[in-house]
Formats: sequence, structure tokens, C-alpha cells
Amino acid sequence: MTTTALPPLTKKDFQTDQEVRWCPGCGDYAILAAVQAVFPDLGIPRENFVVVSGIGCSSRFPYYMNTFGFHTIHGRAPAVASGIKITHPELEVWVATGDGDALAIGGNHTIHLLRRNVGVKVLLFNNRIYGLTKGQYSPTSEFHKVTKSTPYGSPDRPFNPVSLAIGAEATFVARSVDIFQAHLKDTLKAAAAHQGSAFVEILQNCNIFNDGAWIDLTEKDARSEHVLQLEQGKPLVFGKNRDKGIRRKNDGDIEVVQLGNGVTESDLVVHDAHHPRASYAFLLSHMEHRPGFPTPLGVFRAWDSLPRYEDVINEQVRDIIAKKGAGDLNQLLRAGDTWEVK
Amino acid sequence: MSTLMDVPAGKTKREVIEQAVIRFAGDSGDGMQITGSQFTNTVALYGNDIATFPDYPAEIRAPAGTEPGVSGFQLNFSSAEVHTPGDAIDVLIAMNPAALKVNIADLKANGILIVNSDSFKEGDLRKARLTTNPLEDHSLDKFRVFPVELQRLTRSALQHLGLDAKAMDRCKNFFALGMCYWLYNRSTEPTVRWIDDKFKKKPLLAEANKLAMKAGYSYCEATEAFQISYEIPPAQLSPGSYRNLSGNQALALGFVTAARKSGLRLFLGSYPITPASDILHELSQYKNFDVLTFQAEDEIAAITSSIGASYAGALALTTTSGPGMALKTEALGLAVMTELPLVICDIQRGGPSTGLPTKTEQADLLQAMFGRNSEAPIPVLAPSTPGDCFWIAVEACRIALKYMVPVIILSDGYLANGAEPWRIPKEQEIPEIPVKFATDPEGFMPYKRNPDTLARPWAVPGTKGLEHRIGGLEKQDVSGNINYEPLNHENMVRIRAAKIDAIVQDIPNVLPAGDPEGELLIVSWGSTYGAITQSVKSQRAKGRRIGHLHLRNLNPLPANVGDVLKRYRKILIAELNMGQLRWMLRAKYLVDAAGLNKIQGRPFKQAELDQKIEEMLGL
Repeated sequence: MTTTALPPLTKKDFQTDQEVRWCPGCGDYAILAAVQAVFPDLGIPRENFVVVSGIGCSSRFPYYMNTFGFHTIHGRAPAVASGIKITHPELEVWVATGDGDALAIGGNHTIHLLRRNVGVKVLLFNNRIYGLTKGQYSPTSEFHKVTKSTPYGSPDRPFNPVSLAIGAEATFVARSVDIFQAHLKDTLKAAAAHQGSAFVEILQNCNIFNDGAWIDLTEKDARSEHVLQLEQGKPLVFGKNRDKGIRRKNDGDIEVVQLGNGVTESDLVVHDAHHPRASYAFLLSHMEHRPGFPTPLGVFRAWDSLPRYEDVINEQVRDIIAKKGAGDLNQLLRAGDTWEVK
Repeated sequence: MSTLMDVPAGKTKREVIEQAVIRFAGDSGDGMQITGSQFTNTVALYGNDIATFPDYPAEIRAPAGTEPGVSGFQLNFSSAEVHTPGDAIDVLIAMNPAALKVNIADLKANGILIVNSDSFKEGDLRKARLTTNPLEDHSLDKFRVFPVELQRLTRSALQHLGLDAKAMDRCKNFFALGMCYWLYNRSTEPTVRWIDDKFKKKPLLAEANKLAMKAGYSYCEATEAFQISYEIPPAQLSPGSYRNLSGNQALALGFVTAARKSGLRLFLGSYPITPASDILHELSQYKNFDVLTFQAEDEIAAITSSIGASYAGALALTTTSGPGMALKTEALGLAVMTELPLVICDIQRGGPSTGLPTKTEQADLLQAMFGRNSEAPIPVLAPSTPGDCFWIAVEACRIALKYMVPVIILSDGYLANGAEPWRIPKEQEIPEIPVKFATDPEGFMPYKRNPDTLARPWAVPGTKGLEHRIGGLEKQDVSGNINYEPLNHENMVRIRAAKIDAIVQDIPNVLPAGDPEGELLIVSWGSTYGAITQSVKSQRAKGRRIGHLHLRNLNPLPANVGDVLKRYRKILIAELNMGQLRWMLRAKYLVDAAGLNKIQGRPFKQAELDQKIEEMLGL
């Protein structure tokens, strides 16, 4: 791996000569721009980046990143990425995936990557629809949603990707939105700084098959009423006039309270993403399903004290080599009881 | 402890014989596999040629004493060359009525039957669904029956150790083993060493097992129960150092060797499945050879993590059996498309679906050949014997790395668990496997091919200036860019096929064993090698003009197969399936070949082959 000082990288260094083939107006363009803006500043040589994807619109991502890239098969990007990272822990491996790729066909690999804490960054582009196959409902589509495959409404209840990741005890879990470029870049930088598995749900619009997928959060007027910005060490406050907050109830649950009339910010929950246990982040992760609650954006969990899987597995190899000495092939072939024929 | 030296000469008759087949049978909890392996190891160390057949149920513990719970271990050991575990058995050790019932049909007339008479009570008979006691109803009159109170005798030998009854009873297999050592004049020393090592941390259990074995040995000596003991002199194997090796162990050693010879890290992505799991167990012990073993969340992650490791520059492999192979299908296509080196071991078992997990079959050949969407050719290799698994593993890695392709190894349950003496090669006897990673950005193109091998460059992440994208979409040759043009697709399909076909120049022609031309050619592949070799030998000894063509390379087939087929009047293809190789050879060479097909989860018996051969010769 390269260690000498290099001229600083720029966004241009991460752009390829391939024509980007997402639909005009797709949220993926914004995500691509944010990633290309963040990568040059990470202090990592370009040749050490590997972008791995599965199948779906989002999974075209590697073709547009001038790094090492692997467009694999549907759902399997986390497993391919694990193999890369275990073999070469120095590599900076990012997975680009979608709600179908990561949560339907590849759900198993997603949760196992996270529980092992493989040092891979997973960007889940969540547009709540199957785009590449032209409009069927996805595992994050709303209950009763009418789509091509559910003309009478979807009978499925959706996954909450953040809850799922926290449930798998992912050590870094965050949520951002395609068009909130500054927020998205900050979130990506925080993910990049995390050593263990990092899972970022990026709410993304599909202007062809699911336009307005996140309109409650992205419309200028609605935004501040419906979004709760998570900031480390700050109380959970939201609302156009920053006059609402999240308070702990005596039973451990949370409630929305109106500030004023004796209720002050000091009564509110103070955000702590670094808590070693995942239960607090889990409580935050699905509040938006309840009436009157906002949707949190930002870093839910960033607890980086768990060793990375690839370090554990490679250290084990090093330890055993140190203990037993590097393997001697002749000795191995002759192991156990042997006899001579003259 | 007793050793060979202690055997009192003269008290009983000692007869020198050439060969014997012994089978240990009992409940799956009776330790029959350990007993069999120990006896095998001891006779192999002594210098006999051997072939083994462990046969155990899929259930970990089927109800005790019932027929489905019977576990068996058969060993053929000889002073001459041995190719099979043997059709019929000379000595049967039956630990209970169910074991007796299931196995007695294979015991030769006048064969020795040792039974644990303590387990022939009414309840035991009922569990085995027997209405009369075979020890009393004269159904065993044509055998030499030796009822031994294994339980009582073992307990009385161990009573002073203070173990509970259950723990003492667990040692009775070593009592039986001690008897067999006496019967065949073999030293108990290798097993004593094994017990000491195995029970290092439980000295009391080590003592108990050793005492039980000694008691069994002494029982024969003192009671003169058998009145005769046997001596099988060492076999004349070619000179060298030998060890006893099973097929799965041999594959594991082969992969470590190939990693060393290619200078690469070894990566195994695997999901446990019978009968392949032992390769994972073996390799996970060899971490001091820089071996990475990854027990994945499923069969798909097992292969796709290996593809990732290969992309990152490791010698990557994945191990499985038929059902897992089915799950890996799509990923195999990805490996074909991205032209990455990868070795896939399919340790075949009876199918379809879950089928017969612990029984052997050769019915995944067409799956290995064609079981992917679209045109996705993959080289296929098959080992012939447990020891050959080592060489096939090395060869599969060589082909994968030289041609940048996935390679499938088709072993099976019989090879995986069966063992034979293996001549240990010296490290220097095994050729190096040269590997060259792309490093020069000047003119680098991900699909620019080596004109000789058609292999694309292996450009590993972390290499400056070689950033590029690969994937499952069709690509333009040379540049590797996505390309959907009709003529480009046809060109790429043909290149991928031509690359596999060209490997034929790099594999040896096959020589038929036996007659180079004649009445009948038997064609086979995989684990049937031993049985067919034995049968062809005995048929030729009777003056019949027969050849035997055994294929280790199934895709591509060796260049001269077509020529060999023409030199015989009739062709018989013997396989443990419905005729899959026959299907392939008929299609490729337009030959009229007959089949001998057995689909019982069991290997061929020599008698079955002899009968078919004689039928085809009109005898």
C-alpha cells in the first residue's frame, strides 16, 4: 500500500469516464456527488478505495466512482465486501445498496455484516420502491401502498432500516437525505471516521416510480416540523419554532412535549450516540411511526469500542503464527503417525 | 500395556493370511467410527494396504438400539494392493441386535461374529424389531459366533476407578478393539498414544479406555476364545513415507500446499454441510499457514465472500455438497463473468434436495457441468481415491490461477470419509504455481488477455493506477466496460468457452489401464476407481480383453478420449447416478455406450461390476 505523501485528491479524481445512466432527477445523482466530494478528504490513497454493490439502480454506483469497484449480484455485496476486507483489512471498502438489495434478497448478509462488525461502510439508498424492475413495492414501502405488484395496496408491513441495523447491534447507524447535501456529507464523513461497520440509510427520491417518497421531510415548509436533527450532547428539540422536544417518561418510554409552561430543554433527552448499549438508539429509531413524533436524522449510534472482525480474524492468524511458528509444509504433510516403506 | 511381543506363541494357532475385511457396527453413540479409525491407523502403520468405508446415519443420535441408528465402519486390509473396502466381510463386531440385523447379510459363511451378548435382552430385541433372539434361534449357525459380555467385562475391568456405570459402558468399544488387536496380532501401542493425547486433560478417562482395551486383549489371551489368530504381513507399497489419509483431509492439505506453492494467502468461505464440513474443520486448524477460514451465514455468502477474497488477491475456495452447490449457482456465474480464480469443492451426497446426507453418490456431474444460467463453462476435476484428493486440489488451484477461472472439484462422501495409505510427497516434488499480479498502469486494461491462456490480468485493489470496475454485466473485451452490443456478447461468450477448451492442451492424455484395445472398455470417474480397478484385474486374470479408462478431468476432457473409445468393441460406463457421464460422452463422441448405474447411496461392489462385465461379454 502507498505510504508516501501524495498531491491532494480532488472530486475529479473520483469521477469516471462512464456516462451516468440514472433517470434525470434521480436522487442517486446527489448521493454520488456527496460521496465524490467526501472521498478526496479522507486522507486515503485512491487505489485503496473499493466500492462494492449488488443489483438495482443504486448498485450502478461503482461504475461512476474512479476507484476499484465490484458490481456483484443481487443482495450479495456485503458478503463480497467481507471477503475483500478480511483478506485486505487496509482497504477502504464501501457498499452501495438499495432497500430491495439490502433488506429483501440480501437481508441475511446485511445483518451478519453488521453483527460481525466488519469495517465496511454500507450506504443504503432507500427510495421505498423497486426502480430497476419498474415499480414494485419494496421491504420499506408503506403498508397499503399501491404499486404495480400491489394494485389493491401492499399487505406487507415495512422494515425500518435503522431499527433493523441497530437490532443487529451495528456500531454505527445514521440516516440522511439525498438532497440535504451538507448533512449528507457530514454523515458520510462520520461514517468514514468509524472503524467498525457503518450503516447509513439515505432517504432518496425516485422521481419516476415513487416521486415524493420522503416529501414530508424534504418539503421546505414541512421539513422543520417533521425532522428531528440528532446532535451529540444536545437535547432533542424540533419544530419550526424549536418549541417541541422528546422527553423520557417514567416507564422508560419517550413522549413529545411542548416547550414552555414549565417544560424546558433541561427536561429533554440529551442525545448520546456513543452509549455502549444499543437500546437508546433503538428507541429513537422508530419514533416516526407514532402520531406526532418527528423523523430523526443524523447519527443514532456511533460506538467504536468493538474490535473489527477483520482485525480479530487476522490477529488470530498472527497470534498462532507467533505461538506455533510459521507453518512448515513438509512437517504438515508428515503430521500424525507415519511409516516408511523401503 | 500389551504389545505384539506379549502374544504367547503356541497357545493358539496363528495363521498367516493375505487379506481381511472387518466391520465394526453399533449404535451411533457406541464409538464405532473411532474404533474403526483406530484399527485402521494401527494396521496402516504396520504396513498393510487399506481401504475404509465409514457408514453412519444422518441423525446424530437416532433412538438407541434401533436399525436407523446403526453406525458402521468397514476396513479392508491386506498384504497385497487393495482398491476397495471389500464386498463381503470376514469379521463383524456387532454391539447390539440392530447392528447385527443390519449387517449380518454381508458376513461371509464361516465368518467371525463377535457380539455384545449383554445387549441381547428382550428390550434390546424389541428395539431391533426382532421376535426371536438370534443368539438362540440358530439363524447364525453358519457363522463362528463369539458372544462376549462386553458390558459386564468392561465394568469389572474398570470398577476400581470409581467411574459411574455410564462412563464405564462408554469404554466397551475399546474392549472390543483390544479383542481385534489380539485377533490380528497387532500392537495396541498406536492407540495407547492416541488415547493419551485425546484425553490429555482427562487422565481418568484415558486410564479407563486403555484398561478396557487391555482387558479385551487379555480376555482373548486368557480364554483362548478364538483358538486361532491371524497375521497379515505388510504390503509391498512403492518406497517412501506413508500416512493414513481421508479424502477431506487430503483436500485440505492440497489447498495449503497450493497456497504455499503460489505464495498466496488461502481463504476458505464455507457453510457447514455434510459431508464437506471436515475440510472447514481441517483448514481452520492450519492458521499458522496464513489460512483464513470464514464460516459464512449461508452457502451464498460462503462463495461470494470467496469471490471477494479472490478479487482481493487470495487463493480462494469454497466447500459444499449438492444442496449448497445449488445455492451457489448464481455466484458461480459471477465468477465466470468476472474471470476470477476460485476453487469450489462439491463433496457429493445422495440427492435430490436433502436426499441422503451421509451417503455417497455421483449425481452432481451435470450440475457441475451445466448448472448455471446461460453459457457458463467451468473446468471440472474429480479425484479417484482419498489420496488423489491432494493432487486434485493442487491441480485445481493451478488451473484456476493460470487461467483466471473458477474450477469445480467433484469429490463424494465415499472419498471424503474413506481412507488409504498415502505416500507423502516432499515439498520439493510439488511444482511451484507461478502467479503474477498486474502492477503496471501503462496500457492496463482489465480484460486484455494473455494470448496463450486467454487469462485476463489479476489487478488487486490497493495497486496504484489500476483502479477499474468489474461486475456481472456483459463487458467489452479488453476494456471491460459495460457493453450490450450483440456481436460483442457473442464474442465474449465464445472467448469464455474457448478459454476453458484451451485447457485441454495443459492436461495429460489418459491411458486406459488393462488392455489398450479389445472387447470392452469400462469408463469411469471419481470414487468408483477402486472397485472398477479390482474388477478389471480379476476379469483380465480370467483372460478377458478389457480396458479401463478412468477420467480425472471431466471438463475439458483429455484430448485422446475419443481415440481411446474407438479401440474397443463395446463401451460400459459405470457410475453412481443415472448415466450422466454416459450422456456427456454419447453427446460429444457419438458413441454407443452402455451404462451400469447404481443409485443406492453406496459404492459399487466388485460382484456387481463383474456381473455386468460378463453380461456384456456374453458370458
